[in-house]
Amino acid sequence: MKLMTCPVNGTRPVSEFVYWGEIRPMPDPDACSDDEWAAYVFNRNGAPGVKKEWWCHTPSNTWFIAERDTEKDFVLRTYLYGDDR
Amino acid sequence: MPWRLLRFGLSKSHPEPRMFTTHDTLKPSYDVVIIGGGGHGLASAYYLARDHGITNVAVLEKGYIGGGNTGRNTTIIRSNYLTPEGVKFYDKSVQLWQDLSTEFDLNLFFSTRGHFTLAHTDSAMRTMRWRAEVNKHYGIASEVVGPEDVKRATPQMDLSCGGHAPIQGALYHAPGAVARHDAVAWGYGRGADMRGAEIHQQTAVTGIEVKGGKVVGVHTTRGFIATNKVICAVAGFTPRITDMVGIRTPIYIHPLQAMVSEPMKPWLDSILVSGSLHIYVSQSSRGELVMGASLDPYEVQSTRSTLDFPEGLSAHLLDMFPFLSHVKVVRQWAGMADMTPDFAPIMGMTPVEGFYLDSGWGTWGFKATPVCGKTMAWTVANDKPHELITGFSLDRFRNYALTGEKGAASVGH
Ligand SMILES: Cc1cc2nc3c(=O)[nH]c(=O)nc-3n(C[C@H](O)[C@H](O)[C@H](O)COP(=O)(O)OP(=O)(O)OC[C@H]3O[C@@H](n4cnc5c(N)ncnc54)[C@H](O)[C@@H]3O)c2cc1C
Repeated sequence: MKLMTCPVNGTRPVSEFVYWGEIRPMPDPDACSDDEWAAYVFNRNGAPGVKKEWWCHTPSNTWFIAERDTEKDFVLRTYLYGDDR
Repeated sequence: MPWRLLRFGLSKSHPEPRMFTTHDTLKPSYDVVIIGGGGHGLASAYYLARDHGITNVAVLEKGYIGGGNTGRNTTIIRSNYLTPEGVKFYDKSVQLWQDLSTEFDLNLFFSTRGHFTLAHTDSAMRTMRWRAEVNKHYGIASEVVGPEDVKRATPQMDLSCGGHAPIQGALYHAPGAVARHDAVAWGYGRGADMRGAEIHQQTAVTGIEVKGGKVVGVHTTRGFIATNKVICAVAGFTPRITDMVGIRTPIYIHPLQAMVSEPMKPWLDSILVSGSLHIYVSQSSRGELVMGASLDPYEVQSTRSTLDFPEGLSAHLLDMFPFLSHVKVVRQWAGMADMTPDFAPIMGMTPVEGFYLDSGWGTWGFKATPVCGKTMAWTVANDKPHELITGFSLDRFRNYALTGEKGAASVGH
């Protein structure tokens, strides 16, 4: 069974979690061009690498960040938003 | 025992020509370089040579031909999609499939079976009616049928699906078919080779040289090749190649898994798909049940498979066919699906001159192999997008002109 560590609830089966994609900084919708906005809405970084991703532990609705190697499917660390210092 | 086999025993060298020629060296330049020796890349090489007389072509494959998603897919061929762009495109492909075995002189085990997309809810029935109407408008054999028709085609099925997902009806598509996947790659490969294209296996593209916005060559594990035209047909590897030319796309990669049962006597004629139960199943000409489900729930760029996949899929299969409870699963595997937000492909020209994309084929691109080869070859030969693929261009995202194919492609592929 694949495991994931929730920063609040500890290590749980990955089936208790949902994945919400890579963290992507949002451009200012009022200041950016239409092209920049479309690129933000649609484009993804599809190549493998270590990525910072949104995950949620669904039973407790805890949103947090996982740093994961998307080729090896290996989680390096997980932490709550703002705790990565 | 066929006497021909004796020749192989008595001869020191291989007495028959191989499927295609092995070339010891790469030429310094080609008119067209195709990255990816899957069905799509090989079909593009085939039609470039056959329809357009362009034969100074190299297909570069980092592994072996057909070893990517072509050889991993569950081979469902159909054209009952939802959007006009999709229906017209896939219909052309289904037409091309009919003659391929004869054209290649190679048995592709192309087998027309009839395809049921089962509906277990009112809203699913609504989508089926919608699809049937769009399909009929474009002359595709497609109709909504009742549970009794499903029962007639598949008497073994429990129509209540274990009591919790009773079947309300189905979308029936008589032309639905299956084929032998790797033979498709071999057939196109041999046909391209016979007409002068070169196939280089064990040759990976490691970089693409772009000067002044134009492709000038590719770097490979066997050296540099000069060329002005590159077709990228690498399915789950697409983002790694588009990164080489600095093009951003919406493509994201999730694994798609599949499995087969031990072989049985033929009992399942039709191809069955259920969106609610996340399952599709057909019986191959070898007697195995070929089964798949939905995408893995998160991004992974590898072909690892997981135990929860056969567990979940088997549970749903037993809802439909309780009598299979003693049948064994003999193989499971995964491919990397290059997904797009609107479940339609990304094909044609790109902002980099001479760089052509045949990508975003996700979980549904095997059926499109012939028409992709045909339209990509035309696009490269004429340097403008073939009319069947204009709706699939990369810039549709920038223009917010997406193709709403999700209703017909998400689980049914
Ligand atoms: C489990 C599964 C089930 C599916 N079921 C269906 C189905 O029922 N019906 C359907 O229509 N479609 C289905 N699909 C989708 C279908 O398999 C694909 O869309 C289609 O086969 C893609 O073909 P291709 O030739 O573009 O890619 P591939 O066959 O993946 O070929 C791409 C090739 O590119 C090579 N390559 C990658 N990078 C490089 C490089 N840098 N240099 C050189 N070569 C490189 C790879 O080694 C690979 O061989 C399924 C897919 C999967 C994974």
